Amino acid sequence: MTTTGKITGIVANLVTVACDGPVSQNEICYVSTGGTKLMAEVIKVNGSTASAQVFESTRGVKNGDSVEFTKKMLEVTLGPGLLSSCYDGLQNDITTMTGVFLKRGEYTPALDARKKWHFTVIAAVGDSVVAGDWLGEVKEGWLPHKIMVPFSFEGEYTVKWLAPEGDYCINDKIAELDGPDGVVEVTMCQKWPVKVAIRAYREKPRPERIMETGVRVIDTFNPIAEGGTGFIPGPFGCGKTVLQHAIAKQGEADVIVMAACGERANEVVEIFTEFPELIDPHTGRHLMERTTIICNTSNMPVAAREASVYTAMTICEYYRAMGLKVLLLADSTSRWAQALREMSNRMEELPGADAFPVDLSSIISNFYSRAGMVILNNGEKGAVTFIGTVSPAGGNLKEPVTESTKKAARCFYALEQNRADKKRYPSVNPIDSYSKYLEYPEIIEYLDEAVEKGWVDKVAKAKNYIRKGKDAADQINILGDDGVPMSYHELFWKSELIDFVILQQDAFDAIDALCPIERQRYMLDKVLGLCDRSYEFDDYEKCGEFFKKMINILRQMNYSEFNSEKFNTYGNELEKLLEDYGN
Amino acid sequence: MATKLYNKTYTRLGGITKATVSLDAPGASNDELALVQGRLAQVVKTKGDRVTLQIFSGTEDIATDAEVTFLGEPPTLKVSESLSGRFFNAYGQPIDGGPAVEGEARQIGGPSVNPYKRRQPSQIIPTGIAGIDLNNTLVSGQKIPFFADPDQPYNNVMAQVALRADVDKIILGGMGLSNDDYLYFRHEFENAGALDKIISFVNTTENPPVERLLIPDMALTAAEYFAVDKNEKVLVLLTDMTLYADALSIVSNRMDQIPSKDSMPGSLYSDLAKIYEKAVQLPDGGSITIIAVTTLNDGDITHAIPDNTGYITEGQLFLRADPDSGKVIIDPFRSLSRLKQLVQGKQTREDHSQVMNASVRLYADAQNAKTKLENGFDLSDYDMRCLEYARDYATRLLAVDVNLSLTEMLDTAWDLFAKYFTKAETGIKQTFIDKYWRGN
Repeated sequence: MTTTGKITGIVANLVTVACDGPVSQNEICYVSTGGTKLMAEVIKVNGSTASAQVFESTRGVKNGDSVEFTKKMLEVTLGPGLLSSCYDGLQNDITTMTGVFLKRGEYTPALDARKKWHFTVIAAVGDSVVAGDWLGEVKEGWLPHKIMVPFSFEGEYTVKWLAPEGDYCINDKIAELDGPDGVVEVTMCQKWPVKVAIRAYREKPRPERIMETGVRVIDTFNPIAEGGTGFIPGPFGCGKTVLQHAIAKQGEADVIVMAACGERANEVVEIFTEFPELIDPHTGRHLMERTTIICNTSNMPVAAREASVYTAMTICEYYRAMGLKVLLLADSTSRWAQALREMSNRMEELPGADAFPVDLSSIISNFYSRAGMVILNNGEKGAVTFIGTVSPAGGNLKEPVTESTKKAARCFYALEQNRADKKRYPSVNPIDSYSKYLEYPEIIEYLDEAVEKGWVDKVAKAKNYIRKGKDAADQINILGDDGVPMSYHELFWKSELIDFVILQQDAFDAIDALCPIERQRYMLDKVLGLCDRSYEFDDYEKCGEFFKKMINILRQMNYSEFNSEKFNTYGNELEKLLEDYGN
Repeated sequence: MATKLYNKTYTRLGGITKATVSLDAPGASNDELALVQGRLAQVVKTKGDRVTLQIFSGTEDIATDAEVTFLGEPPTLKVSESLSGRFFNAYGQPIDGGPAVEGEARQIGGPSVNPYKRRQPSQIIPTGIAGIDLNNTLVSGQKIPFFADPDQPYNNVMAQVALRADVDKIILGGMGLSNDDYLYFRHEFENAGALDKIISFVNTTENPPVERLLIPDMALTAAEYFAVDKNEKVLVLLTDMTLYADALSIVSNRMDQIPSKDSMPGSLYSDLAKIYEKAVQLPDGGSITIIAVTTLNDGDITHAIPDNTGYITEGQLFLRADPDSGKVIIDPFRSLSRLKQLVQGKQTREDHSQVMNASVRLYADAQNAKTKLENGFDLSDYDMRCLEYARDYATRLLAVDVNLSLTEMLDTAWDLFAKYFTKAETGIKQTFIDKYWRGN
């Protein structure tokens, strides 16, 4: 017997329902109104009255309208075909919807049930398997997509039958497993509740290597680990979206999931328009082939905004269980927090700071904890790296979402209005930003190996030059160009050198946009070499001129192909400049 | 709005506040309209049989035995070609003395466009104002507000922009307009002889503030009719969104909601996004472009209203008075058009983006020189030239009273470069210098 109910109250998209049977927290129900069924999620139960947030507009809903409960939490469908898809926050395929406008109550299937996939066997009959173990695989484009024992299976099973190699649809039976409750059938797709983390792995160790993004200010100065977490707060107009798109285009990952959560629709259109054209620099394939888009733009129903980030994370965890490296980008987590606030407000809960719910901090840290590197049961490794953006109100970082996220994320990339105003992009502040991974002995060791011995110390040294340059600049501003010793000008210009050559990067230049770690090492060595020299200048204008020349040459190098003839010509030009200076 | 025969009527109110009344009325649906003692009201909350109605024009003089009639549907607008050239109030009723408009009744505040069906905006909308066309190019399908202090002539600039823009329809949504401003718009539109392509929905300061909440939805419902059904290029003007947000905070306050930053409702971001995101480039050629006004308090953009707006819109145009040139200018530093790179150099001359960047960078150098001067330091020759350039640049290009074609703007900028700087100081690509440098 399924539980049903009747609407007894409505405030915006919060409805109260009088139920005739058991209901559970977070259960999905459907409100029938005027011939359509609207999806809703139970968020509070009091006696036989449940409060539910409707994922769509409640216009026209009446008291007395009937409600059906499903006994299930919000689930996503996992199987081949997720890549290159565009979903809304509830995993409806928005590309198959008809009509220019989103229609209330129109739900489309996430995966194409008629498409055939070529299945090959991995496991063998008689094998003992548990949830998440690989039974076989299909080729999802280029990607070996593992067909796994469904994550919901508890205990040990024995493989009783496996489908022979061949073409199957996602709902075809591909295995029979003998388990605690007898023989069960397995297909190529499964369902999983989004708010529950997939834990089908052996262990979750500390991250051990970095994920390259090709962005110098991240990789060199504050690298993010594979399986790590980071966040980018910044006021509007600071280049948050450009930076996130750069990471999405260049990030060293097998699968990218982008959650456009409560942001501008035209930004998603940009992804739709550009990604199918752009080439993945690591594999040479089209970017769209490794990308899944979850979009719940700012004008789409607010309640589904919260669901969208969970939907995205669950898809990431699914691919991680195949031993893949996945990158999740969510823009912006503040909008998700605002959705929580709107609901908490309608529920008349006692508010925390800035009217956000009091458990905001724990919700955020719980979500960030779902990222990470894991070792699967078969010893393979997979990782979910998560980078979220935060849109702090008024650009003030002392607000609840930024503060809560700071506690949860290990990398912090502070975008600065002042740098953006000066068009110094990416506007990441090199001093305020941090990566906790630089303190991990595993990561230090990895960087010693992968980049160069003593790399982390070098990075610290570069940061120190920037700090000293900033102090010198402050003094120059107070005392005037003539009022400070020449060494102050020299210090200031050394920090400008690092700023212009290493920190700033042209995201719209084909070559400069992507800087591999080997090239980053070369340039940092070069720039630090220049900083370590001491110079003698007669007056500050000469000092500035000389450094401007060096900056110009080094920037031209950034715009040239690494180690190309042009690149080397600029290198020689720099040598000549230094020689001339010596004379 | 006529009462239909089968509409249920109630005559016992259970409670009255400044903006709402509540009564027992089983069967009322969410968002439905009702008439309370002849005044238009909307269902905002139901709890059991108890229904809360928000009365747009306020509850003064409402009695507990007031007659309440439910109309069975949310607010609608009748759409057809005959909307053109007309002036309406917040309920979509004519205020120009003309007859009521016949047409299909459409619910206002309808659903959003499927993001997958949108197209990337790619058509420039020239305005003749260099602060916009040259530095912050406007693109059809864009949403962008003027950020301005109340003493800036934002309504005049907006009217100018609208009348110069090459669009099929202009729809004005006026919220809390002073009667003088309303008459100004009316006069400008009539004078330009463009009345037949203009539709206005106006709430003046003489009308109750809560009525304002209907204006953007009314204006955008009309816009969607022309853009979606008729494939037309529609420009929507919304002024002043700060007063709209103030009305939101009044309502949320009356409904005992917990305020967030700056006593604005917690849903401010979503409320504003629902309006601005109606801007769209449609697959069949129609488009909706939104130019809005957000008035600031002493230039403070960290206040919740401009702050949330900035996160939603595709840039902002910042108006300020420039003491050096004595003109009102579009501040090149604080203004931004996020879509400009979609048209610059593609639909405009190849040197557009380099000229724009160089002229703004040199203007920034002038600001540094000014700071030096104020702090009592000596100025170099370059500093002096920058200062003179800045005055010229502000007068000839940044001021809102210029009216030039894009080619004229670019040529003017090249004139200024040649007058005050060497080729190297502009930092422009050599190929463009060779081609466009004016003078020796």
